[in-house]
Amino acid sequence: MNDETMQYRWIGKRTIRPDGVDKVTGRAAYAADGAMPGMIWGKILRSPHPHARIKSINTAKAEALPGVKAVMTGKDLVEFPVETPVPLGIQDMRWMSRNIMARDKVLFPGHPVAAVAATSQRIAEEACKLIEVEYEVLPWVIDVEDAIKPDAPILHDFIKFEGKPSNIAGKLEHKLGDVEAGFAAADVIIERSFRTKPVHQGYIEPHACVVSVSSDGKATIWSSSQGQFMVRAMCAYLTGIPQSDIRAIPAEIGGGFGGKTIIYLEPVALVLARKSGRPVKMQMTREEVFRATGPTSGSFSTVKIGATKDGKIVAAKGTFYLQAGAFPGSPIRGAAGCSFAPYDIPNVHSVGYDVVSNRSKVAAYRAPGAPIGAYAVECVLDELAEALKMDPLELRLKNAAKEGTKAAYGATYPRIGYEETVRAAMEHPHYRAPLGPNQGRGVASGFWFNAGGESSAQVNITEDGNVVVITGHPDIGGSRASIANITAELLGIDYRRVNVLIGDTSTIGFSNLTGGSRVTFASAMVVTQSTEKVITQLRERAAKIWGIDPEAVKWENGEARPAGDNAGKFPPLSLAEIAAKASQTGGPIGAGVQLNTTGAEGGFGTHICDVEVDPQTGIVRVVRYTVIQDVGRAIHPSYVEGQMQGGAVQGIGWALSEEYVYDRNGKVDNAGFLDYRMPVCSDVPMVDTVIIEVPNPKHPQGVRGVGEVPIVPPLAAVSNAVYRATGRRFYSLPMSPPRVLEALEPATAEAA
Amino acid sequence: MAKLHITTTINGEPVEFLCDPTQSMLDVLRDELRLTGTKEGCGSGDCGACSITVDGRLVCSCLMLAAEAEGRSIGTIEGMAQGDRLHPLQRKFLEHAALQCGICTPGILVAAKALLDSNPDPTETEVRYWLAGNLCRCTGYDKIVRAVLDAAAEMREAAR
Amino acid sequence: MNDVRYLAPRTLDEAVNALAAAGAAGRILAGGTDLLVQMRSGAVKPGVIIDVKRIPEMTAIEETADGGFRIGAAVPGAVLEEHPKLSRVWPGVVEAMDLIGSTQIQGRASPGGNLCNASPAADSVPAMVAAGAVVTVQGPQGRREVPVEKIPAGPGRTTLQPGEIVVSFTLPPRPPGSGDAYLRLIPRTEMDIAVVGCGVSLTLRDGTCTAARVSLGAVAPTVLLVEDAAKALIGSRLEEEALEAAAAACRAACRPINDKRGTIEYRTKIAGVLLKRATAIAAERAGGLH
Repeated sequence: MNDETMQYRWIGKRTIRPDGVDKVTGRAAYAADGAMPGMIWGKILRSPHPHARIKSINTAKAEALPGVKAVMTGKDLVEFPVETPVPLGIQDMRWMSRNIMARDKVLFPGHPVAAVAATSQRIAEEACKLIEVEYEVLPWVIDVEDAIKPDAPILHDFIKFEGKPSNIAGKLEHKLGDVEAGFAAADVIIERSFRTKPVHQGYIEPHACVVSVSSDGKATIWSSSQGQFMVRAMCAYLTGIPQSDIRAIPAEIGGGFGGKTIIYLEPVALVLARKSGRPVKMQMTREEVFRATGPTSGSFSTVKIGATKDGKIVAAKGTFYLQAGAFPGSPIRGAAGCSFAPYDIPNVHSVGYDVVSNRSKVAAYRAPGAPIGAYAVECVLDELAEALKMDPLELRLKNAAKEGTKAAYGATYPRIGYEETVRAAMEHPHYRAPLGPNQGRGVASGFWFNAGGESSAQVNITEDGNVVVITGHPDIGGSRASIANITAELLGIDYRRVNVLIGDTSTIGFSNLTGGSRVTFASAMVVTQSTEKVITQLRERAAKIWGIDPEAVKWENGEARPAGDNAGKFPPLSLAEIAAKASQTGGPIGAGVQLNTTGAEGGFGTHICDVEVDPQTGIVRVVRYTVIQDVGRAIHPSYVEGQMQGGAVQGIGWALSEEYVYDRNGKVDNAGFLDYRMPVCSDVPMVDTVIIEVPNPKHPQGVRGVGEVPIVPPLAAVSNAVYRATGRRFYSLPMSPPRVLEALEPATAEAA
Repeated sequence: MAKLHITTTINGEPVEFLCDPTQSMLDVLRDELRLTGTKEGCGSGDCGACSITVDGRLVCSCLMLAAEAEGRSIGTIEGMAQGDRLHPLQRKFLEHAALQCGICTPGILVAAKALLDSNPDPTETEVRYWLAGNLCRCTGYDKIVRAVLDAAAEMREAAR
Repeated sequence: MNDVRYLAPRTLDEAVNALAAAGAAGRILAGGTDLLVQMRSGAVKPGVIIDVKRIPEMTAIEETADGGFRIGAAVPGAVLEEHPKLSRVWPGVVEAMDLIGSTQIQGRASPGGNLCNASPAADSVPAMVAAGAVVTVQGPQGRREVPVEKIPAGPGRTTLQPGEIVVSFTLPPRPPGSGDAYLRLIPRTEMDIAVVGCGVSLTLRDGTCTAARVSLGAVAPTVLLVEDAAKALIGSRLEEEALEAAAAACRAACRPINDKRGTIEYRTKIAGVLLKRATAIAAERAGGLH
């Protein structure tokens, strides 16, 4: 924390979050906690096949079951012909609509085919079993390397690559300089290929919603999402209901990490509610979450990096194949764009391929695509450092991107804090701590773009002189606390007098998704501008009360004061005093701002990881972990640290224990928390954090955004540590015990 | 199917409810009694979000039939604060920012309270292993463990 | 569709009669940590649920006249762990129960349920087998005593006759110089089903092993009693050659499968590793003071 924060009263302080008491007492209302009078339950019928044509669906028996109030299929949603793109943010409604309810084809086991609403969950489930679907089963393919083979089953005949039907749905390329010339000049070149498996965001709260539609067609949606405006827009697209007639209310959300930036249930519930005339509640089971929501891509990457013998990287090439699942849209932007971003490399060629296959469609997962690309690059850098006989952090420092560096993805960096993270790592006691037997230490860096985007806020002064702030972004990490800090700071009042609420689509202006590490960045901007307008109003009211010019009034420490002695000797007026006179001095005091915020700058992090490996069992345990990141400005340090720690532990799970396992019928074999192994409390040590603040010059408080960078370095940090503990490099994840043991004893695999 | 009439105690209050023989305690708490603080994360005992105590014993309410509550004493998150006085664990969770999305928090608080009720001076390792059945995806567990250890210290001090 | 009945008998006879009358539709409920999961997934659809937790004999822990223990089949693992003498005399049995699932699971899961669910990977069973536990079974034909290793018949199947209930586990008296241990391999530190489990119980006299029982879990359709491993230990001073011979016997006895939790190769290898480690712990406990 730098010295500037000493002058702040609330910014940088560890205040209690406004929604905290509700969360620790069980009062906070999440989507599944909701109920409406007359509510019935919705359930989805899902495909058992990885790939099949739907020949017919007969719902008659289901409709006849007592207690069933409505049945729907894909035909009840608006159709989006595949010829016409319909973009919505980074999604396309052609794919969203088919993902939410299959039309002519099912493309993964779990793909929704129909839905039922009935007076109890049990009846709805029974009714689903009575729906008769005739399938023509087709050959299927899941793994990304299998999906790009020339003889692979093709998912969509409208997808062509280089003129031929293909499962490669898209390509993204970044070029800088001339890589061939660069490699020709290199003294040392390392080229390696890497494989990762699909992993799930792992939010503990399953998707849920309660939806009602009144007789005049006005809809209310109460749901768990990372964006109520996205919910409204997608539902409007899919049902034809005008957006003004849809009120999407964000419940408290029990984790998202990107997985709730799209929807699965709400349009289905809307149709069922409209047909039945009753409010409909739907909640996914944990199994449905694992089978039919959006884990991130499995991948196959090849990275080649060349350096001259002084350690200067002269060329870098990366090819990243990412699994999209049933429809196009894997995060190749993150893989191709972020992987080389921490480095100043004159010649770069980075290519991403978007590959469809018969598993559920990906949704975003925290810095989508970037961990996959960074895994490959940061491991190759580790081998390069070793070949050059350089310390791995020294190699990074020597090639660190700085202000003015041009990144392959197109940006020229302004002032950034990457070097600072590397230096901090080198100087951290962790880096010098002694290691025990079977232990090893690895490092890695990472980058994420961060985002700005649309945001709206309302700041209103209550008649008793307190503050209500309404913002538009669901709070997934404690952002309300940061907003309270900023508002209190600007107004010069105690932060407990600021109440921060999340508005719904009817009560706050358009605000883009909670994601992209942007909530604090974007909402702080609009809250700051709104609060500055409010301060202007407060000065005007004081001026009116005193009979002087508003220019002669200043706002300081929560009070209006005359700006100088010749303005007049008036005792200061507090916020409460001015608020009490609001109606006599001009009316309510408040202001709102709606903006497309810009100026977001990328974030950089460097991690240090110590592991201990049991050479007889192949078990790897992380015994020490340090996260160092430039966040611009930590408005609320505890929640900034929380993002760093949470992302790091997700990355550790990705590196060591998490993966989707498929059976020989193409079905997910581990669709539960028992066998989809996320880190538990006893698996990880304390995660130390170092917050670097190189303020973003384009933001009023210097915020860069923190949430996503922390998941980018761990895959390589852990892999590099395992190498140093065992002498073996791993080129695929997860490094589960059987795979580690096999690598440690290749020659003596004991037979039964 | 005939419903069962169950008489039990929840957070010290006498409670009666009707339930199906196959309804879980979790379903009855949430859907019949509208005590929605206890959460469903998985329904199969693998995440701990549904943690409650039964006669002081920490269990997953998704793995208990509501009928088994007959004559027992059930403790949920709603019973942890005393009116507007938060339990030290609840206060420490807020001070340490030991929650982000908060969905796992009720289960973890109930579990942590059960730990401190039986072991007022746990080590970090003992805390971690006790809470291994409570998944958290947001925090990486660091601040949770710190909050529990801090609450334990405060409670030991207050007991002296 | 759903005429499920829930019964909570207070005597064993009531429970046996109810189970016999229910036939294939009857299910015993102790901790419910398997039954409720199976009901929720639809794998099991009981017609009658018989809750045995109000039957005193099934929920008690007693010391027998000859210095052994009788553990009610429905005693939750957490209660077992809190029994001070049992933990001292049979730390391996107790730690095996202790490893099942989470703290919450241990608040409910019982040795009877663990045995009768008959998962090949059940944690408490190898320790019970190594301990030489004998189960008391009561059914319509009366009461009988069965060595615990005779109960599992295959994944999800037992040798119990219709209407029979496992009532209690009897652990024999412990000769001085005895110790037991249970180890399992899981990828995380908690919460996983055992990839391999190994229970070892032995007696040492003047540094020589005079008795031993070795059991493996998760490496065959049922828990295994590995007599060849015990033979390799008995008469030895637990030197490396004896341990290696016992480990080899364990590896030879394995008939594991490849599944999402482990491969055949890996499980086989680990069986040997765990045998050595569990034996070392049991030996240390045997040499230690009770």
